[in-house]
Amino acid sequence: MSKILKNSELDISTASSIVSNTLNKCDDGELYLEDSKSESIILDDNKIKASSYKSDLGYGFRAITGEVVAYSHSSDLSKKSLNESSNNLKSTLSSSNGTYNFEIKKTNKKYYSEQDPIEEKNFKSKIKILNQVNNYVRNKNSSVRQVTATLLGEHRSIEILRSGGEILSDDRPLVRFNVSVMLEKNGRKESAVYGIGGRQSYDAYLNEKNWKSVCDEALRIADVNLKSKPAPAGEMQVVLGPGWPAILIHEAIGHGLEGDFNRKKTSAFHDLVGQKVASEGVTIIDDGTLENKRGSLTIDDEGTPTEKTILIEKGILKNFMQDRLNARLMNTRSTGNGRRESYKHVVMPRMRNTIMLNGNHSQEEMIKSVKKGIFAVSFGGGQVDITSGKFVFNCTEAYEIINGKVCSPIKGATLIGDGPSALKEVSMVGNDMMLDPGIGTCGKAGQGVPVGVGQPSLLINKMTVGGTQL
Amino acid sequence: MLEYSNKLSEIIDHCISNAKKKGATDVEVGIVKSTAETVSFRNKKLDESDRSENIGLSLTAYINKKKNSVLSSNLKTDNLEKLIERCVEAAKITPEDEFNSLPDEELFFKNSDELDLFDETHLENNQKIDFLKEAEEVAFKNKEIVNTNGSSFSESKTEVVLGNSKGFKNGYKTSNFTAYCEVVSKNNGSMERDYEYTSKRHFEDLLKPSELGSNAAKFAIRKLKPQKINSGKFDIIFDKRISKSFLNYFSSAITGSSIYRGTSFLKEKLNKKIFSDNINIVDRADIKRGNGSRYFDNEGVKIQNLSLVNKGVLNNYLIDTYYGKKLNITSNGRSGGTTNLYFENGKKDLKDLMNSNKKIFYVTETIGHGTNIVTGDYSLGAGGMMIENGELVYPISEVTIAGNLNEMFIKMVLANDLQFNYSTNSPSVLIENMTVAGK
Repeated sequence: MSKILKNSELDISTASSIVSNTLNKCDDGELYLEDSKSESIILDDNKIKASSYKSDLGYGFRAITGEVVAYSHSSDLSKKSLNESSNNLKSTLSSSNGTYNFEIKKTNKKYYSEQDPIEEKNFKSKIKILNQVNNYVRNKNSSVRQVTATLLGEHRSIEILRSGGEILSDDRPLVRFNVSVMLEKNGRKESAVYGIGGRQSYDAYLNEKNWKSVCDEALRIADVNLKSKPAPAGEMQVVLGPGWPAILIHEAIGHGLEGDFNRKKTSAFHDLVGQKVASEGVTIIDDGTLENKRGSLTIDDEGTPTEKTILIEKGILKNFMQDRLNARLMNTRSTGNGRRESYKHVVMPRMRNTIMLNGNHSQEEMIKSVKKGIFAVSFGGGQVDITSGKFVFNCTEAYEIINGKVCSPIKGATLIGDGPSALKEVSMVGNDMMLDPGIGTCGKAGQGVPVGVGQPSLLINKMTVGGTQL
Repeated sequence: MLEYSNKLSEIIDHCISNAKKKGATDVEVGIVKSTAETVSFRNKKLDESDRSENIGLSLTAYINKKKNSVLSSNLKTDNLEKLIERCVEAAKITPEDEFNSLPDEELFFKNSDELDLFDETHLENNQKIDFLKEAEEVAFKNKEIVNTNGSSFSESKTEVVLGNSKGFKNGYKTSNFTAYCEVVSKNNGSMERDYEYTSKRHFEDLLKPSELGSNAAKFAIRKLKPQKINSGKFDIIFDKRISKSFLNYFSSAITGSSIYRGTSFLKEKLNKKIFSDNINIVDRADIKRGNGSRYFDNEGVKIQNLSLVNKGVLNNYLIDTYYGKKLNITSNGRSGGTTNLYFENGKKDLKDLMNSNKKIFYVTETIGHGTNIVTGDYSLGAGGMMIENGELVYPISEVTIAGNLNEMFIKMVLANDLQFNYSTNSPSVLIENMTVAGK
């Protein structure tokens, strides 16, 4: 039974026979159907600035032989369009003589409910919350000059039709709430953003206690930055706080362990499996199975059930993250990391929730041990060059540490490091692992997908801090 | 007269009258339809072929000063009916905003010269593959080039049609051809990547494949065996690939929204000097075949050519209808942002800038997003080459550069090597005495 085709002019048996006929001499491939709805409501400058609702329906048809991928997608769910796609795929892979691999492990586990967050809460009550948020923030701090609050809700149904008539399906809710504030005091302006989200209903996230704590956190960070002084420049010790600073893990290590870069041997990690790539206290996993988390998936976008994949165990590189294509070419199995932004995009190995597990040091101990360095608590985004291994991330809340004491806040600065060596410089791993609040989106080759990160506090022996003060 | 499809035009008419029947007082409908074909090529073989057909409709319904929008890729009548219903119902319960409205009639685009934005050339996949093959073959002639991250060629054709209940309706077609080549160099354990790309409205204007491949190879090879330099103050020359980003920071700081909301380091700088005397910044929508050229903005408003900065002085903001009404300035057609934005050429040769100090850091790439438009604070990861006595001597990586855009803008010196390769273009830029953090 296909829920998505039910309301289209294309019937399931026609679709199945086109799929089987097209993929019959290929190594792999599928018809991916997607029906997504999303809603965004933005309050800005005391007004509901924009509210919009988007519905998108379409398919992506993929055929793979050897290393070659042919992909065709369209928002026209009709027999005519699917046949055109089929011809396009066949002409690309005209000489194909692969063996179709049917096998996909089955699962009954689900890591989130099927609820539709957009429909279960009415529009008026969403506007009401945004207005309450605006009033709360403006009343709480008289330096507030600007407030933007955003609600984003999404419900996405996917179906994967494989050759032979097999159908795999998943329904994915996703919500996100963001507050951005700008403060002005004594002629100085600073801004900050904070948010929460996950694969759940709005009500699970947006009770008064939760949204107030998001507002408080945004206000707190902006207020700290009003007192910030220019950041130092140069190599020094860095203590990272728990939670969202795990962007470090995502950038420094995560991307370099995605299967495609390693199959193509363009990752700095491609020949390091079994070798020591991090300090002994470092264990890193990529976990798609955490309930209701932003980066979790019941099945990935190829139908493979997700799992908890060990990437680095006690400093030793164990596994890469794989989709079906790269796994087959590297003689291993898919780890359920095959993801795509939408039916308009091809599948790539992507992270889910990437997490460094607890060690046994306290944050206090780390700070005490630092003579001169910085304590980085909150981050904007990051980026990595997979091939050279160089990565950056941008602090949005950080402090100077002098002689074991946290001193004045410093302005936002970029930190730069080298992926393969950065984790060898980790000298203490904390016992306070935290997941991020559910706001991460990872970009790769123009595709954005929701992800999560987590880590305990960390002490890194040296990183270059990109401030202005020498 | 511009040409656009009757079928899309009819859908727009239908949506406008339908929404009005349901209670909308004003309606705006836009449709963007595109087909794109992309071929990726890697290590002498086809890697991926991707064909896409996209259509998207956006409709905004106004009920006096209330508004709501819907977007969909499904243009079937029954789906549109449901969406319009949903949109009008949501608009009814959305709070009023006195500045919500369609543009004033007299601002609508009427006609203009032909800008030659559409090239009907179609390349079959094997022609695209031949193009990429030649680029890679040229790159692989260098022994240090050991791998590729993939090359790609894409061809797209897009049609835009926009209409509203004040009687505006118009549309046009554009095309785009883009070729990209990224190669990996290796030498004694050092591995680096770099790329070259070319993107044009017309196929014949693209860089030749051999140039694409040889540039990518040259850039990737010169990065091998980089050094991390000691922290210190350096004069920096920003390569053209990077210097155009200053125009992006500049333009996001002068949009109506960041000015009105006060979230810009250039707030209250109108008619004030923000660059040195020699610097002019222009945004022109009517350059023939221009990558950023457009006939009208996202609201159907005629796009004025703007001198944004003249002799260092900020002359204009980028204004759409909503923020125009808030700021009491007429829209200059910038709903959708800048068009062809560029620094006019400076007076000096790049060679002269390279000789202006004994040691200069030549930045050819930056990494990260460490620019704060509210404060102007700037801190990015960087890599490039050391220039000593006018010559490129060794590659540099894993350092950061930092400063504040207010000061950096005032200190900027431009070279005279402007080329129109993208929609935003800059000559090379020299900024003296910036902080570099390294070892």
